[in-house]
Amino acid sequence: MSNHLKNITLRIWRQAGPNVKGNFENHVIDEITDEASFLEMLDILNDKLVHEGKEAVVFDHDCREGICGTCSLMIDGQAHGPQRGTTACQLHMRQFKSNDTITVEPWRASAFPLIKDLMVDRSAFDRIIESGGFITADTGGAPDANLIPIPKVIADAAMDSAECIGCGACVAACPNGAANLFTGAKIAHLNRLPQGQAERYSRVEAMVETMDEHFGSCTNHGECEAACPKEISIDVIALMHKDYRKAKFSNRKDLARG
Amino acid sequence: MSLTDNLLAKNTVQLDSKIPAGPMADKWNSYKDNMKLVNPNNKRKFKVIVVGTGLAGASAAATLAELGYQVDAFTFHDSARRAHSIAAQGGINGAKNYKGDGDSIHRLFYDTVKGGDFRAREANVHRLAENSIDIIDQMVAQGVPFAREYGGLLDNRSFGGAQVSRTFYARGQTGQQLLLGAYQQFSRQVGLGGIRLFNRTELIDIVVIDGHASGIVVRDLVTGELQSHAAHAVVLATGGYGNAFFLSTNAMACNVTAAWRAHRKGALFANPCYTQIHPTCIPQSDDSQSKLTLMSESLRNDGRVWVPTNPDETRPAHEVPENERDYYLERLYPSFGNLAPRDISSRAAKRLVDKGLGVGPKKNGVYLDFAEAIQRLGREVVEERYGNLFQMYERIAGENPYEQPMRIYPASHYTMGGLWVDYELMTNIPGLYAAGEANFSDHGANRLGASALMQGLSDGYFVLPYTIGNYLAPMLNKAIPGTDHPEFKAAEEAARLRFNGYLAAGGTKSPDFFHRELGKIIWDYCGMERTEQGLEKALSEIPALYEEFKKDLRVTGTGESMNQTLEKAGRVDDFFQLGMLMCHDALDRKESCGGHFRAEYQTDDGEALRDDDNYCHVSAWEWGGDPMKPNLNVEKLEFEEVHLATRSYK
Ligand code: SF4
Ligand code: FES
Repeated sequence: MSNHLKNITLRIWRQAGPNVKGNFENHVIDEITDEASFLEMLDILNDKLVHEGKEAVVFDHDCREGICGTCSLMIDGQAHGPQRGTTACQLHMRQFKSNDTITVEPWRASAFPLIKDLMVDRSAFDRIIESGGFITADTGGAPDANLIPIPKVIADAAMDSAECIGCGACVAACPNGAANLFTGAKIAHLNRLPQGQAERYSRVEAMVETMDEHFGSCTNHGECEAACPKEISIDVIALMHKDYRKAKFSNRKDLARG
Repeated sequence: MSLTDNLLAKNTVQLDSKIPAGPMADKWNSYKDNMKLVNPNNKRKFKVIVVGTGLAGASAAATLAELGYQVDAFTFHDSARRAHSIAAQGGINGAKNYKGDGDSIHRLFYDTVKGGDFRAREANVHRLAENSIDIIDQMVAQGVPFAREYGGLLDNRSFGGAQVSRTFYARGQTGQQLLLGAYQQFSRQVGLGGIRLFNRTELIDIVVIDGHASGIVVRDLVTGELQSHAAHAVVLATGGYGNAFFLSTNAMACNVTAAWRAHRKGALFANPCYTQIHPTCIPQSDDSQSKLTLMSESLRNDGRVWVPTNPDETRPAHEVPENERDYYLERLYPSFGNLAPRDISSRAAKRLVDKGLGVGPKKNGVYLDFAEAIQRLGREVVEERYGNLFQMYERIAGENPYEQPMRIYPASHYTMGGLWVDYELMTNIPGLYAAGEANFSDHGANRLGASALMQGLSDGYFVLPYTIGNYLAPMLNKAIPGTDHPEFKAAEEAARLRFNGYLAAGGTKSPDFFHRELGKIIWDYCGMERTEQGLEKALSEIPALYEEFKKDLRVTGTGESMNQTLEKAGRVDDFFQLGMLMCHDALDRKESCGGHFRAEYQTDDGEALRDDDNYCHVSAWEWGGDPMKPNLNVEKLEFEEVHLATRSYK
């Protein structure tokens, strides 16, 4: 049954652009049903702001189903807010109480420059994928899909890491702004599959090096795993390191001969 | 005499569907055997613009770049990985017959034509069914982690409107995994320089010079800057218009602008009244809601749909005894049961809710119950199949579906109508193509489950890369207009005026306010059930609200930095104009078929009543200079393979 929350104070980060100073702005939501999602509350606020002739708060969002990875809010210092395994768009007001003050900030990481208010630029993730996060298989020549049986456990494990939505919470939560969970998840997805073997070592090398160009280095805090809305396991980082070491330091001729 | 008869001009454009001659099963091969080719070394001399990076756009852009064309790809998202294809949950059809249960290309073709209530073009659908096989192979090669059986082979499940198991899936995230597959292939080409990617960039206009699509005008959403891009051909893979209803399962940014702007430049818009209302969405919980959430149709494999027989029922679901429950889909459609097609299931739910038999605090839903499945299969199996969907439901509705049935209700989900295209997926403007949900071609009046992903990938991977070559080949070494051409300048200037106009409107209400009001009108009169009277009412209310929009709109902020209110204003403007066309089309089509249900045309037991003598055609509308004065063009549909029959799922 629905209840109503009263007197919610939102402390929202406002910043007109990357090169100007930002500050917190306070807005009070007098009353809201606990069935509303967090982003619906922001919609309501924005509608009110526009009615008052003020500029709406800019924030990234799209599917509102926890799958597109567009939403990206730091809520009370936690990436995507207090509920575990939940994106900001799937967070509902029943997680909060009347009279709460809620602080809303953008992802803060040097690899994610701010665009405006709560919106940042996460293109660096795309650069990592472009450098090797794929299987080279041009359209046309694929063999029958059932030609290579893939043990269910392998397919399931690949799927576990393929579930990453590319939101960037892991980077935002990391004190070093590292992207190891994101990069590790993609590598674990592709490197576990038989189709991914041909490029296994060139992939990990290219992706890790592109990652290092843009992001900070991992010092095993584990904050990423706790923040990840898809609960990607930190084990993917170990797998990435293992494959990277192998790619880097083994005798490449041996590798090529298997 | 209805409004349409006296106002609208007819048959203003010569429509040629370019269906190849020959037997149905040979048409596509014979097309490929006879099309013109561009030599591999010449391909780099051609530039192709692809707008949209969902399944259709990403797969088309990647494949065209692999072939050697220069591709410029545009998305209004921050990344090519975000398009709404990502939210498709249930699966993708492929006529592999891996289960040996009697599936074949012909059967998938037949099911799709029948599912579309005999309002799709047979030749296109047959090609789709043929390509479905290659899609599965291609996606597995890309590393899509489809569900497997213990022996390591691919698993399948069944979906609405089919009696075979041909749906491939990756947990409840099939759309995500397929999109990421296409996105990865696309990204590889970005890395190799085959694709130039323009993200956070929205299409504002199409430029047509001497009758040919010559490029586009876009707006950089971060800086507000308008830019022109010229090319040899333009592909719109920009999705559907389900957000016309305001409340829908579409993502917030989905809009009709690209298709609509093409329409205003002369491209015909086909069957806009064919909209799909999906039966299994989470019912609206309060009035401030901005978005509805779909629960995959795959849930109907194991969930049973019912309502209590007593409208005053107050007991929790599990206390209602069996004999006081109406499993109405099983009762009405015994051979398809809970897997009856979407349009039929949606209408059945609406009828019961309208009768006061709805469940939940607002009595606006029906139950989708897993108690029997949990008993039969065990909680673990149910969790394995649907775990993430159950979790999603619990987060949104605050109820645990392992313990109490889900509550579901129909919502706008997909649009079968779209830009008119010929067999080559080219609109009536030479050089302008439409792919995926943005075109009208394959689903007729109703789309079957697990077919949208199939169509997007078929168009992008296996159709456009061939058909575009056929258009480009004769253009080799001929100069095309550059962005300094006056038509580009004129389009930029019109776009500038348009956006400045929204900023200067100086009214009192936000674009969202108008969108919500517009959506209510379209939902009430052009939603699940339509009547002549209602549509005429809508056609008086929408223009009135549109006038108010023009006068009383308020857009705060400026046009020089990221401004989502301004973006929204442009999109809502186009939804207004489209809304009028949807109603005109629904009014003109005096029959019921698939997702278009006119209350005046139904059988005694309330099923859709088609009129094949008068409406076995595609209604393709031409922009008439005023959204209230569209011109109707008709493409007759011929059925060679599948015999026109009353669709029955009993
Ligand atoms: S690993 Fe998790 S937190 Fe990081 S981008 Fe992927 S889904 Fe987001
Ligand atoms: S808006 Fe798509 S994941 Fe949150």
